[in-house]
Amino acid sequence: MSLFYIVLLPFLGALLPGIMNAAGRAACAGVTFVVTLGAFVGLMTNLPAIIAGETVQASIEWLPRLGLNFTLMLDGLGFFFSLLILGIGLLIIAYARHYLSRDDHMGEFFTYLLLFQGAMVGIVLSDNILLLLVFWELTSLSSFLLIGYWKHLPEGRQGARMALTVTGMGGLAMIGGMLILGRIVGSYDLSVILQNRELIQDSPLYLPALILILLGCFTKSAQFPFHFWLPHAMAAPTPVSAYLHSATMVKAGIFLMARLWPVLSGTPEWIVIVTTAGLITMVLGALIALFKHDLKALLAFSTVSHLGLITMLLGTSTAFGAMAAVFHILNHATFKAALFMSAGIVDHEAHTRDIRRLGGLRTLMPVVFTIATVAALSMAGIPFLNGFLSKEMMLEEATHTVLFGSDWLVPVLATVGSLLSAAYCFRFIGHTFLGPVRDDYPHKPHDPNMGMWMPPAILAVLVVVIGTAPFLAEPFVKLVTASLLGAAAEVPDAYLAIWHGLVPALYMSIIAVLGGLLLMLVFAPLLRAWEATPRPEAKAIFDWVVNGAAALAGRVIHGLHNGAFTRYAMIAMVTIVAAGYHAWATGTVGPATRAVQPAGPVPVAGWAMLVAAVIGMVVLHRNRFLALMLIGIVGLMVSVAFVFLSAPDLAMTQFTVEVVTIILMLLALNFLPNRTPVESTLLRRVRDGGVAILGGLAAFALSWHYMLRDAVAAPISEFHLANSYKGGGGTNVVNVILVDFRGFDTYGEIIVLGIAALLIYALTETLLDGPVRRKLLNRLPSQPRSGDMHPMMMVVLTRVIMPVVLLVGFYIFLRGHNEPGGGFIAGLIVSIAVVMQYMASGFAWTSARLRYPYHGVIGAGVLVAGFTGIGSWFVAKPFLTSDFTYVRIPPFQEFELATAALFDLGVFLAVVGAVMLSLESFSRLAHRDGDTDSEFPMDIDPSREEIGPDQPDAPVTGKGVG
Amino acid sequence: MELLVASAIGVMTAGGIYLVLRLRTFPVILGVSLLTYAVNVYLFASGRLTIGAPPILTDGVETYTDPLPQALVLTAIVISFGMTAVVVMIGLGAYLGSEDDHVDDRPATQKADDQA
Repeated sequence: MSLFYIVLLPFLGALLPGIMNAAGRAACAGVTFVVTLGAFVGLMTNLPAIIAGETVQASIEWLPRLGLNFTLMLDGLGFFFSLLILGIGLLIIAYARHYLSRDDHMGEFFTYLLLFQGAMVGIVLSDNILLLLVFWELTSLSSFLLIGYWKHLPEGRQGARMALTVTGMGGLAMIGGMLILGRIVGSYDLSVILQNRELIQDSPLYLPALILILLGCFTKSAQFPFHFWLPHAMAAPTPVSAYLHSATMVKAGIFLMARLWPVLSGTPEWIVIVTTAGLITMVLGALIALFKHDLKALLAFSTVSHLGLITMLLGTSTAFGAMAAVFHILNHATFKAALFMSAGIVDHEAHTRDIRRLGGLRTLMPVVFTIATVAALSMAGIPFLNGFLSKEMMLEEATHTVLFGSDWLVPVLATVGSLLSAAYCFRFIGHTFLGPVRDDYPHKPHDPNMGMWMPPAILAVLVVVIGTAPFLAEPFVKLVTASLLGAAAEVPDAYLAIWHGLVPALYMSIIAVLGGLLLMLVFAPLLRAWEATPRPEAKAIFDWVVNGAAALAGRVIHGLHNGAFTRYAMIAMVTIVAAGYHAWATGTVGPATRAVQPAGPVPVAGWAMLVAAVIGMVVLHRNRFLALMLIGIVGLMVSVAFVFLSAPDLAMTQFTVEVVTIILMLLALNFLPNRTPVESTLLRRVRDGGVAILGGLAAFALSWHYMLRDAVAAPISEFHLANSYKGGGGTNVVNVILVDFRGFDTYGEIIVLGIAALLIYALTETLLDGPVRRKLLNRLPSQPRSGDMHPMMMVVLTRVIMPVVLLVGFYIFLRGHNEPGGGFIAGLIVSIAVVMQYMASGFAWTSARLRYPYHGVIGAGVLVAGFTGIGSWFVAKPFLTSDFTYVRIPPFQEFELATAALFDLGVFLAVVGAVMLSLESFSRLAHRDGDTDSEFPMDIDPSREEIGPDQPDAPVTGKGVG
Repeated sequence: MELLVASAIGVMTAGGIYLVLRLRTFPVILGVSLLTYAVNVYLFASGRLTIGAPPILTDGVETYTDPLPQALVLTAIVISFGMTAVVVMIGLGAYLGSEDDHVDDRPATQKADDQA
């Protein structure tokens, strides 16, 4: 099976448990099991190639220019880890099926589990280190979900957060390390990186890369001083703990150290950092584990300790150490998963994991007792069990390791670690299962059903088989070791065997086991001494650091971001002006290349009006109606300027937009206060004025400078002028640019416009549904209403003018391709025509005559434009390729038919819909209680005799737009 | 001519900035509209000023003004209408919801005073 499927299967399969949840717990677990089994079988199909020593590869280019490709690689090491992930995964799924209670959402659990599994398989199969990083982060995220699966438990949430924080920060460091590594080698492909040992180790960047990568590995694998998150992650359901902390999550860091072993190991830096961290972790973890009362906490710290052991073995940088590490990874995964599952069973049956409340379970749970004892004795390093073999190899390696110039430091500490390890294993067995049967268990325990004990039992059998017949595992371990070592070293000749003669390691082992037993004899006084000793509490320190950082961030953010918009605006303005000034002061300005054009009296008059209007706005802005009128003048003058400066299309657009904008603002003013009170101090106004004048001067200087100079690079406008008629079939170049050259932009713009209108509609709906509704209904008009809101003259006039305006709109639309006009302008003109009907005849009257909802008009516009674009696919051209032809239908003159006109129709519809929907939404707010919706267009109609103006119940009707 | 356009851009910018720095929503919206005019004219002027040469292809005419900034500004004008409408709606909704059209979050003590 292709490697892609092995990685993708868990991810795709993650969709299934959620769907199957309703089908029952068995179906849910079953489908998860089948998915994992599929990936497992797929992995196995690659076994022959692995045995033959080949490396299986699969690759898809993803972002080749960034060096990021979806490249997967399967060699012995990757196969080994995949086997652990998927094989133990299968057992865990079977176990979880029986472990989770009816209250737990099983679909959710298995979805997370599969996501995690896919991410883990991705890590071990990645050939590209950037891809590996992606999967690495995915394991952090999915393990967060798994650890916090019991959301109702605060420990679960806190443990998940702590694990995410620590491993996430390590992940960040590792991104840096990997990028440096890729930079040194010039490739992000592992297969290339692994060939460049000398290049990497000679690089001055080797040490930073090493430290950053190790930070990632140590946080993930819970090495000292980052070991503290792992015990807190024990708040997770036991299947999660068993999976994450035996075979997968914590092994990811180990995997990466092993993967990069050929290129990173062997240097003094590596040996000192990795060996020391491993050694400290091993001893410290074992020491803490010995005094833990919670079964899972005990196992958690023992995991920390064993990870330290493996790390130390990788740190020694010898081939034998690497082989011992591989073997111990295998052994640890088997016995630790079995132990976690056993602890889970005890918890499940006795309803407590507190070792002080347990004891005597030997006779009550004989099956679990057997499994747990085999696994625990293996962990203690008792002969004929697999843990003994790899621990023996570790001690052997320790006797040859020199650290800090001392040849006794490592062997002594390794022995101490083994001794403590043996002690907590004995405690696990002795205090849980041995001793007298008690009668005060929270729940009377008994052996669970087979579904629950079978998975750990399978592992326990493996423990015994490997332990008694290590030659069975030897070829596989050597195969994996060979692929770990790569070209860096030869696979050692040493073989896995129970008896190696009277070597120092054997004596160390004997000391460890006997010492462990001895410790158990004096455990009670030891525990008292331990509990009397003050120890730093990792969680308290962590919380202190996190809370401190959060408080600091809070102060900085609240200080900077205090909700004062004017302050942000002020800072932004000053910064922009300062940046502009800096650019101007440090850059160079060429001499003026364009002559100043003379201005006649008309432009000067227009300019004077504009300036007067702006000054008037600034001075009189407190009178809001007046300010609105003045801004109308500004807009008008801008339109006139466009006419004058050869931009007829712009002028028409600006003019029509001006009309609808003013109507919109008037509608808004209907609800807002009409005056702005004086609030800011004189000082503040002077300051704002200063900033404003500064900004104005900057804008003036900038425009003045470039208007007198030609563009530095030739503009692309010549192309448009040259091809507008030949290629686009239109003589109005601006319109051809809009609907043809840059049609895709325009398409995006009408969509944005439509979204804006829909947003306004949605906000209106929200307002009308909420508490504001009552306020609006009972609102008193701020100004006296006209007695005749819909006067006859206006109604008649707008009615007469309607067809004329529509005709003009149609004309403007049609001629747009060749003369000033087009869909945008036509749309605005038609909108104004419709708005006039609202204003003259009232909301209800006009709405009643509305045949299509405005949303639909927007949608139709976008669809028409979109389908016009798609149409070009049918003639095998790219999206929005235009075409045109000339036809002649007598008695008309020859005229042009262009697909661009169809596109422009879409623009037209979208503009009409958007403008009308916005304005209509505003006017809907105006409806008040007591308003009667008049069905007549006019308030006063002489031909209508039944309701006259003197009748009291029909005075102020309609919710007029104005 | 250039001086008129450049100074108009400057005046509109200055007026816009001053109004944007006001404390109530309505003047701020007007200020943003003024800034919109300034920016649109500024962008338009990047095609340099040409009088009496609209970009409508005509036989025998060789000089045309730069059409590209015009096309860009045309859509900018329409989009800015949409943007203004949304901002007005948000300002209106905020005012109707809280009877307060200040743009700044005011310190909690001041709010408590208002309610008392």
